[in-house]
Amino acid sequence: MNWRSLLKHPGLVIGLTATALFALLALLSLVWTPYPIADISIARRFATPGPEHWLGTDQLGRDMLSLIMSGTLTSFTVGAMAVLIGAGIGVPLGLAAAIYGGPVEWVVLRFSDLAFAFPAVVIAILIATLMGPGASNAVIAIGIFNVPVFAQVARGGALAISTLDFVAAARLAGLSKPMIALRHLLPNIASLIIVQGTIQLSLGILAEAGLSYIGLGTQPPATSLGLMLRDAQSLFLIHPWLSLAPGLAIVVIVIALNIAGDGLRDALDPRLRNRGLANVAG
Amino acid sequence: MRVTKSFALASAGLLLATSLAFAQSTEIRVGAPLEPPALDPTAGAAEAIDVVVYQNVFEGLTRIDQTGAVQPGLASEWTVSDDGLTYRFTLHDGVTFHDGTAFDAEDVKFTFERILAEDSVNAQKALYEAISAVTVVDPLTVEITLSRPDGLFLFNIGRGDAVIVAPESAANNATDPIGTGPFAFVQWDRGSRVILEQYGPYWGEKPALTKATYVFIGDTATMTNALLAGDVDGTYNFAAEALPVFDGNPQFKVLVGSTEGETILSTNNAKSPFDKLEVRQAMAHAINRQEIIDGATYGYGVPIGSHFAPHHPYYIDLTNTYPYDLDKARELLATAGYPDGFSATLKLPPVNYARVSGQIIASEFAKVGIKLELINMEWAQWLEDVFANKDFDLTIISHVEPFDIGIYANPDYYFGYNSPEVQALNETLNATTDEAKRKELAQEMQTIIAKDAVNGFLFELAQTGVWNAKLEGMWQNAPVEGVVLRDVHWVE
Repeated sequence: MNWRSLLKHPGLVIGLTATALFALLALLSLVWTPYPIADISIARRFATPGPEHWLGTDQLGRDMLSLIMSGTLTSFTVGAMAVLIGAGIGVPLGLAAAIYGGPVEWVVLRFSDLAFAFPAVVIAILIATLMGPGASNAVIAIGIFNVPVFAQVARGGALAISTLDFVAAARLAGLSKPMIALRHLLPNIASLIIVQGTIQLSLGILAEAGLSYIGLGTQPPATSLGLMLRDAQSLFLIHPWLSLAPGLAIVVIVIALNIAGDGLRDALDPRLRNRGLANVAG
Repeated sequence: MRVTKSFALASAGLLLATSLAFAQSTEIRVGAPLEPPALDPTAGAAEAIDVVVYQNVFEGLTRIDQTGAVQPGLASEWTVSDDGLTYRFTLHDGVTFHDGTAFDAEDVKFTFERILAEDSVNAQKALYEAISAVTVVDPLTVEITLSRPDGLFLFNIGRGDAVIVAPESAANNATDPIGTGPFAFVQWDRGSRVILEQYGPYWGEKPALTKATYVFIGDTATMTNALLAGDVDGTYNFAAEALPVFDGNPQFKVLVGSTEGETILSTNNAKSPFDKLEVRQAMAHAINRQEIIDGATYGYGVPIGSHFAPHHPYYIDLTNTYPYDLDKARELLATAGYPDGFSATLKLPPVNYARVSGQIIASEFAKVGIKLELINMEWAQWLEDVFANKDFDLTIISHVEPFDIGIYANPDYYFGYNSPEVQALNETLNATTDEAKRKELAQEMQTIIAKDAVNGFLFELAQTGVWNAKLEGMWQNAPVEGVVLRDVHWVE
């Protein structure tokens, strides 16, 4: 796989570029924003976009561009941490289900069914209500509903590969089940996990926005795109821009991640087949 | 109106048209941001209870009018003994509760004994603790004896906390309120609305409205749309940030009035570094009051310099005691031993004015080196941590009780202010009935509290009602909690 073949998937390029752009803006906010986001000045509130404030100012006179940069960082961080939690727990569970089968598989599958049966955001609301609002609890809440998704994907991918000859060869060579999972199954389902991770990242960003919007996510003075929407909603009829700016940011980020995810799947799927065969041959 | 009429004429004939026209002119749907947890005003502190039932379903011996003055209620007249300890009330004849039972002196006795009982759940029990005896003289005369004079007694018995209930129905008032008021409770669709209907046999002047529905809408954007769409006819306190939606719209009128809510930056006076006067003075100098008022109330709040309502006759303007002056604030901090400022927490209850004021104050204090960590809390947690356990540095809260300067005389109150001088003044004030003398004492208290910079005094909350332009008779001010419907009527 080289860069030229990546370029055959324009969706991937567009999606990744847009995602990278937002990620860079977000990371930049760690060291620099046009104005500090805690810098409140009622005198300059509701400024329209202009040379001084590119995206205007909000109801507390804070610079909208700075808020969106910082809010995007929160959204990305929460989404990414939730994906790490989901993959970190879900993938080992899914692999265990695939290689051990029997009661282990039954438990993992029933757990997934249970988690899937609840709408994801409802679980998140439940967790945020029990543990109190806040960005870290939003991470845990969103992470938990990521677990069954990754478990299912890992199990499905692993099952498809485990019947192949190279796995049988490894078994004959005396490798233990966990070692087979680690050395032979995991590398071959990595691309699946990455694609799923991209999709879950966009869902996580949406979920964070949703939780913050209903007041269970990020708390002021920190900010997130969802929190900006929440603050702006009662002003929508008077200052629609305050809702539109963070709303559009969420839409663009989520679309970018989804396009990138689709592109990744297209780009990586054939590779999975090829590499799998190559491994068998090797 | 004309449109409705002709449409109805065309579609369903004259009879329907008359009833439609009639229906619109005597019914009201009031939007309320909070649903009450129960409907018994004598057993809960929630303002939402009084909003629905005070003076509508329930009445007290006296009633508070919209200027805050005491008017006769179920008691048509009263006399006070010379020592100010015995009140003799003459009750109205022919008053019945909504379940048909008669109202008499026994109900009054029952009500006050219930408030003062050992297991009473009345939120303002302390206000009535001066009552030592309630004696039934005859069915229409009742005598209340106090253990000490109480200048606010007649006001306090007019509050929602002391409305008269009947022994037959009191236990069920939380879900099925039975009072003597002009409106009887019909039904409560939980999560949605409460319906009241005019009580036919009402003893007093009949209200113009025949039916009132309180619709509970928690979200500002939803309330805005409900008002614009005509789903509700008005709301008594609409979020100030969205008021411009109704500016210049001839279908609506905006009523801006006063409340009893002194919004303060409550400071834990018992805790270092806030036990130092210089620190509190420095914080007072660092507060840009107008910016907070503009930011949190969109300019509708009224600045205060002490803990007293600006519309009260005893009020004196102390807003310039510690004017906004950052240099002075830094100087005082240095004198107090904090030349580089200090860090503290600011715990905020879940109300918009507190959350927004908190962010602004944090930004203002940062300029003199005081770093505030904002901690957002739910009500239950705030009440426990801050109010009950006094585990806080700073908090922002509106004290909505009328004439509540007495809290500064209680050293065990959550902000821990202990001033023997104020305590002595308060005792004298409570025992004084002479108006001029009371005013003097109250002003002296206000001044000492302002000079001691006990708390950061921010603003008096405003009440901003939005109503259909054809409605008249709503209360503009809120001297007590409640949305009183007795005078509300439609005009053409």
